[in-house]
Amino acid sequence: MAKRAAPEVNAGSMADIAFLLLIFFLVTTTIEKDKGLLRSLPPIDDTEVEPPVIKQKNLFTVNINRNNQLLVEEEEIPITELRQATIDFLDNGGGTNQAGESCDYCKGERSEASSDHPDKAIISMKHDRETTYEKYIEVQNELVAAYNFLREREATRLYSQYYPNAEKVFTAMLEEKEKNQFSKDEVLNERIETIKKLFPMKLSEAEPDKK
Amino acid sequence: MSKFRKKDKGGLPAISTASLPDIVFMLLFFFMVATVMRDSSLMVENQMPNADQVEKLKKDRTIFIFAGKPSSQYKQFGQEPRIQFNDAFITVEDVQSSVSQGIVEMNEELQSKVVIGLKVDKNTNAGLVSDIKQELRKANALKVMYISNNQKVE
Repeated sequence: MAKRAAPEVNAGSMADIAFLLLIFFLVTTTIEKDKGLLRSLPPIDDTEVEPPVIKQKNLFTVNINRNNQLLVEEEEIPITELRQATIDFLDNGGGTNQAGESCDYCKGERSEASSDHPDKAIISMKHDRETTYEKYIEVQNELVAAYNFLREREATRLYSQYYPNAEKVFTAMLEEKEKNQFSKDEVLNERIETIKKLFPMKLSEAEPDKK
Repeated sequence: MSKFRKKDKGGLPAISTASLPDIVFMLLFFFMVATVMRDSSLMVENQMPNADQVEKLKKDRTIFIFAGKPSSQYKQFGQEPRIQFNDAFITVEDVQSSVSQGIVEMNEELQSKVVIGLKVDKNTNAGLVSDIKQELRKANALKVMYISNNQKVE
């Protein structure tokens, strides 16, 4: 008897099956895109060391009450003005830092009544237990925005020649760091640290009063 | 006569679709790999607040904590905002142990870089968040990320 060739399997519907699966996964996929404000908490300090005295003028107090009203430096202001007020405070440069250097990159008013140096400027934030989380994040966002604005300005001043096409130089630097996370770029890291040092984020949060 | 005589016109040649399954399979595998099935179902209302100064979250080193009012199918837990960790409601006192447990279960080289992702409903009282943060300090998990929607703040 003649040997019959095995009949060929029709693979034409393979594409259909694959499409069906593809569409299922397309629909169920949610590309995770969680973003948020990254903050560090202070470690618990049990030592009984007297905290150093901070001059009132180097302290920028932000209070939120239970009705979500904002009190900044003993004055009630709308949240839209918080960012500029924070920038003015940080950028004031009225005096010298710990090492006795005056802030030569500050562009503020150099007023005697406001902060001495970005190194010394501390933002102290306090909220009530019944403040809503939404308002709390909004305020945090404005404070971080003030720091980002100033860091962005310094990055543009110092390093814009390396990033001629970037609109936001500091953001571009951070993105590059993100891209090269497996091959460490020492120069870039150093530059980012330099910028961060010019305006160190000193944001302290007081615990809300317990009732 | 010539070797390079034009072929007689026979209409458009049919496009071969033989590689179509390959292309589709390639896409299929991509989406299969990229798909994350939700591992813990939300038991609380979870609407994030808005912020625009945000950073991206690295998922591999993150432990999530949810907080908010219990959602409608969990009404029996009351109206007060609750904390959810993995698949259960926990109390403030349990946060420390749960987070420590979560850290131990993580990849070893990432344990020191752990970030706590706080997914808190925007109508929650900030006092609850501050309680959670206090517990996180006790657990020595000091990096927190307030997860938020990346939208312009009006």
